[in-house]
Amino acid sequence: MSTAVAQKKGFGAFIWDYLTTVDHKKIAHLYLVAGGLFFLMGGLEAMIIRIQLMKPDNEFISAGLYNEMITMHGTTMIFLAAMPLLFALMNAVVPLQIGARDVAFPFLNSLGFWLFFFGGLILNFSWFMGGAPDAGWTAYAPLSTTSPGHGVDFYVMGLQISGAGTLIGGINFLVTIVNMRAPGMSYMRMPLFTWTVFVTSTLILFAFPALTVGLFLMMFDRMFGSVFFDVAAGGNVIIWEHLFWIFGHPEVYILILPVFGVFSEVFSTFSRKRLFGYSAMVFATVLIGFLGFMVWAHHMFTTGMGPVANSIFAVTTMAIAVPTGIKIFNWLFTMWGGTIQMTTAMLWSVAFIPTFTIGGMTGVMLAAAAADYQYHDTYFVVAHFHYVIVGGVVFGIFAALHYWWPKMFGKVLNEKLGKWTFWPFFIGFHLTFFIQHFLGLMGMPRRYWKFLEGQGLDTGNLISTIGAFFMALGVIIFLWNVIYTAFKEPKASADPFDGRTLEWSIPSPPPFYNFKQTPLVRGLDALWIEKSEGKKAMTPAEPLGDIHMPYGSILPFVMSLGLFIAGFGFIYQVDNPVWLSLVFIGMGITLGAMFVRSVKDDLGYHIHKEDLEKGDGQL
Amino acid sequence: MKGWMGKFRALFLLGSLSLILSGCGVDKLSALKPDGYGAELLYDLMILSIAIMIFVFIVVMAIYTFVLIRYRRKKGQEDFIPKQTEGNKVLEIIWTVIPIILLLVLAVPTVQAVFDLAETSSDEADIRIDVTSAQFWWQFDYAGEEISTSQELYIPKGERVYLTMKSADVIHSFWVPSIAGKMDTNPGDNENTMYLEAKEEGVYWGQCTELCGPSHSLMDFRVVVVSPEEYEQWVNDMKNADPEATPDTQVAQEGQEIFQNNCMSCHAIGAQPKGVGPNLTNFGDRAKVAGILEPTKENIKNWILNPNEYKPGNTMPANLVNEEEAGKVAEYLMQLKPSEITPESAQ
Amino acid sequence: MSNEDILNPKQMPHEPEKATLEGKNKFLGFWFFLGGETVLFASLFGTFLALKDSTAGGPGTEELFGLELVFVMTMLLLTSSLTSVYAMYHMKNNNFSKMMVWLGVTVALGFSFLGFELYEFYHYIHEYEFTFRSSALGSAFYTLVGFHGGHVLFGLLWIVTLMARNAKRGLNLYNAPKFYVASLYWHFIDVVWVFIFTVVYLMGKVG
Repeated sequence: MSTAVAQKKGFGAFIWDYLTTVDHKKIAHLYLVAGGLFFLMGGLEAMIIRIQLMKPDNEFISAGLYNEMITMHGTTMIFLAAMPLLFALMNAVVPLQIGARDVAFPFLNSLGFWLFFFGGLILNFSWFMGGAPDAGWTAYAPLSTTSPGHGVDFYVMGLQISGAGTLIGGINFLVTIVNMRAPGMSYMRMPLFTWTVFVTSTLILFAFPALTVGLFLMMFDRMFGSVFFDVAAGGNVIIWEHLFWIFGHPEVYILILPVFGVFSEVFSTFSRKRLFGYSAMVFATVLIGFLGFMVWAHHMFTTGMGPVANSIFAVTTMAIAVPTGIKIFNWLFTMWGGTIQMTTAMLWSVAFIPTFTIGGMTGVMLAAAAADYQYHDTYFVVAHFHYVIVGGVVFGIFAALHYWWPKMFGKVLNEKLGKWTFWPFFIGFHLTFFIQHFLGLMGMPRRYWKFLEGQGLDTGNLISTIGAFFMALGVIIFLWNVIYTAFKEPKASADPFDGRTLEWSIPSPPPFYNFKQTPLVRGLDALWIEKSEGKKAMTPAEPLGDIHMPYGSILPFVMSLGLFIAGFGFIYQVDNPVWLSLVFIGMGITLGAMFVRSVKDDLGYHIHKEDLEKGDGQL
Repeated sequence: MKGWMGKFRALFLLGSLSLILSGCGVDKLSALKPDGYGAELLYDLMILSIAIMIFVFIVVMAIYTFVLIRYRRKKGQEDFIPKQTEGNKVLEIIWTVIPIILLLVLAVPTVQAVFDLAETSSDEADIRIDVTSAQFWWQFDYAGEEISTSQELYIPKGERVYLTMKSADVIHSFWVPSIAGKMDTNPGDNENTMYLEAKEEGVYWGQCTELCGPSHSLMDFRVVVVSPEEYEQWVNDMKNADPEATPDTQVAQEGQEIFQNNCMSCHAIGAQPKGVGPNLTNFGDRAKVAGILEPTKENIKNWILNPNEYKPGNTMPANLVNEEEAGKVAEYLMQLKPSEITPESAQ
Repeated sequence: MSNEDILNPKQMPHEPEKATLEGKNKFLGFWFFLGGETVLFASLFGTFLALKDSTAGGPGTEELFGLELVFVMTMLLLTSSLTSVYAMYHMKNNNFSKMMVWLGVTVALGFSFLGFELYEFYHYIHEYEFTFRSSALGSAFYTLVGFHGGHVLFGLLWIVTLMARNAKRGLNLYNAPKFYVASLYWHFIDVVWVFIFTVVYLMGKVG
């Protein structure tokens, strides 16, 4: 066999491996690559928006296309970039941090990914099939229900399918964290990242069904003639606003809490200090999660809910500032008295504090319901949520990637290029968004295709656009760093950053069974405790024995593919009932795969003790 | 409430902050240049919240800067292991309690302002206006006065004008930053109310702030604030305008005929009957055509021929009349000037 | 535990559904799933309540509903919940054939419930022209009750599949959690129906 054929076969096997994998570490890779690609898509859309707004009365793109851009930018960034990138981190790290060999439901883990991925594909296929959704990522009815063409149908089907994937992922992590912790790891010994993932998963579980219902109502209105949002038949458009934000507000905490966890790990590791006020941090996380469900209507202060409702939601919203403030001070005091090492991961985390503080402060300003009558739906809001979502979530994802890259890929990202990523992005970010606070107050509403001459908005918008290019530069340097590191950097050790938690006690990257022997946890920062007592490794909690592992399966991919096909059937059956055949084919594939899954036993297999001893991680 | 805020401002040197901010934006558009009761109330609330936030920010940044300089790892400290502090009860209580107090300071005036701005009309003598939004224009019906206008809302200076707001199609939002905050206009039964109380005469920008379709950004309107006497005169002029009046020039007369044959199914002149398109009673007085174009004959003609070129997605049909007819209709529309009180006179 | 032991245990433990880690995970994961389902139905109930008087000139709830039929449906579903409890009781006693009998009764009751529901919908559509598209109330009613009906159908197919798959091999530690979780789902459907009965039918009838 020639080498070319061997390589070809190798590549096919590689693809097949990833299509069928149920290994949380490989699923993390899938989430990272897919989420990364969607992030680039969303970024490109952002650049087009900023170019359009570079100067007054610009005609770079048409009004209709502009609305498609803003809708797809928001939807992509929230659902297809930020969420999956966080899922990549959760998958890569949580089982390792709790000393588990896999997640509770490896099969569902894979299903969750493929549902998200095919949902994202549906959404983005809209670009090539008559136009993207154009009613904003919030898709307020009746603009969305009456929007011509199929754009919003793609939004509905795409989000419904990827949302199901997210819900499955959330349940999976809840059970994993409750049931699969290593011996000795009580709840109050869990690393803070795991804690935040736990709370985030709870939020996913209770928030996403509201979106599911909202999307069903919209789907029925658009595709099957129901009249939920048709005021002529007694419908009520405010129902969508409530359902959307009952989901939508917890969603922002779903995004931000895991990165709070990331920052807690990074500050602690690179200050070489235990997290200050650990129990207060846990309590604050839970409280934020809880309050996150009490505040949805602060997105609706101008909807006309009346002064009583507005006041209640104003006060509950302000209350969230208290646990958030606790976190900020605890991070500062984690560094206080420590020995701060300015790695790239630490740089992103350090930059996060002032950025997020500004975002949090404008959040409190927005919570003042009456004042929101001025801020609402202006660039002030745009600035605010980019300060928390870029300044919080994206900074956090960058910090996490630089921190956990060796654990995910076996190499430490190049530090020099890491800093070159940081500075243009950081400076560009503030250039882009700080000025937008003022643009909003000066009378520029959000989602405006054009602003006019003589409105005093020219300079601010130009500065903002220039900033966006700096951010793009930062992202490009990061991509270069990924390639450079893959080829030029040496293999990383198990513990390159003097880590404190369990993931640093096993090789980088870990063997597919993670822990040869389950470790015994003796306190918070389990590895640190062992290291400070002079030990090199964790004490095992069990003798070396057979390890039970799940089989891979193509079924999750097939199930998701079925829904993907059915999605197109639902969208196009409005034009011609013939398309219903696609619905039946697609649903048949999905239900058939579910049936196979149900009747075929999948007990997994065992790695034998002898092989473990012999192979020593070489399996 | 206002007096209390006034003292507050003096006490905390908030004046200087206001001064910096009020340099931002253009008159009659910026929320930072308030000329109305609502806008001023909200401006004060804004300044109060910014002041609190700046205080918090300074505290955070002071600790932050100190920590980063003082505790940065220096050469020779590579093996240094700091003390592993678990926490500090006193400190943690302090940074829980102080924010709560600060938030209460903000919450009280917030709730007051919310209720203040929710006031509705209780007196029949009040000026009450029904606002109806549509893609992509605004209709204003003066309750009890048999007056309707589109795109330009006339109100008297110093009086509270009560608005009842709804939408004819999708959700829009009514915003006049320099006079008051904003309020959504919903379709169906979810009617909203708000009031305007302008303190200066002039022509103010109004904008739609809820995404409503392709021309969302072009759904501008104007609020024309005039003195109470001028307002009275304007109301009389509008009431006395004769929608059937024959124009002076031959061209305009022909334009009127074309208009009556082609345009009247949607556009009303006079308060009745209400059309599905904008009311054109005082079209010749308007500061802008369709909220965005200069009111020249050429612009009006081009708009009539192809409205979608200027406001994509709007429902006015193109090429209902030919180019020559459009010119005549433009001529007719431009002489619809029932009142001497116009945006120009108000400026 | 080896795969042999899971499929052919020498002795069934008292709680076979939670005897393996996989079983424990399924058990807990399913409870979480039901938590999410609760929010799903709560959202549908909220929507229904917001639209329950939006008849758009068509028939309202008082005119439409007949409590006799709904009462029979309620009894059918409540009884099926009880029979599924019996089935689980026999599962814990490792009595496979009795478990299958009671599951069979459960399935029969479930299908008759669905039959009545279809008749009910047919009745509203043909006697009152009250459809999914006729008013916002219609949309909300058929969506809420239909979602529940869809859950019933899915539950029935699920239990039937489980029964057919395992008919020949009896209970083991691999399928016990599956039976248990399916019965949990069935109880959940039942509880949702109690709320539908109260909120939709009783409140709709009484006002």
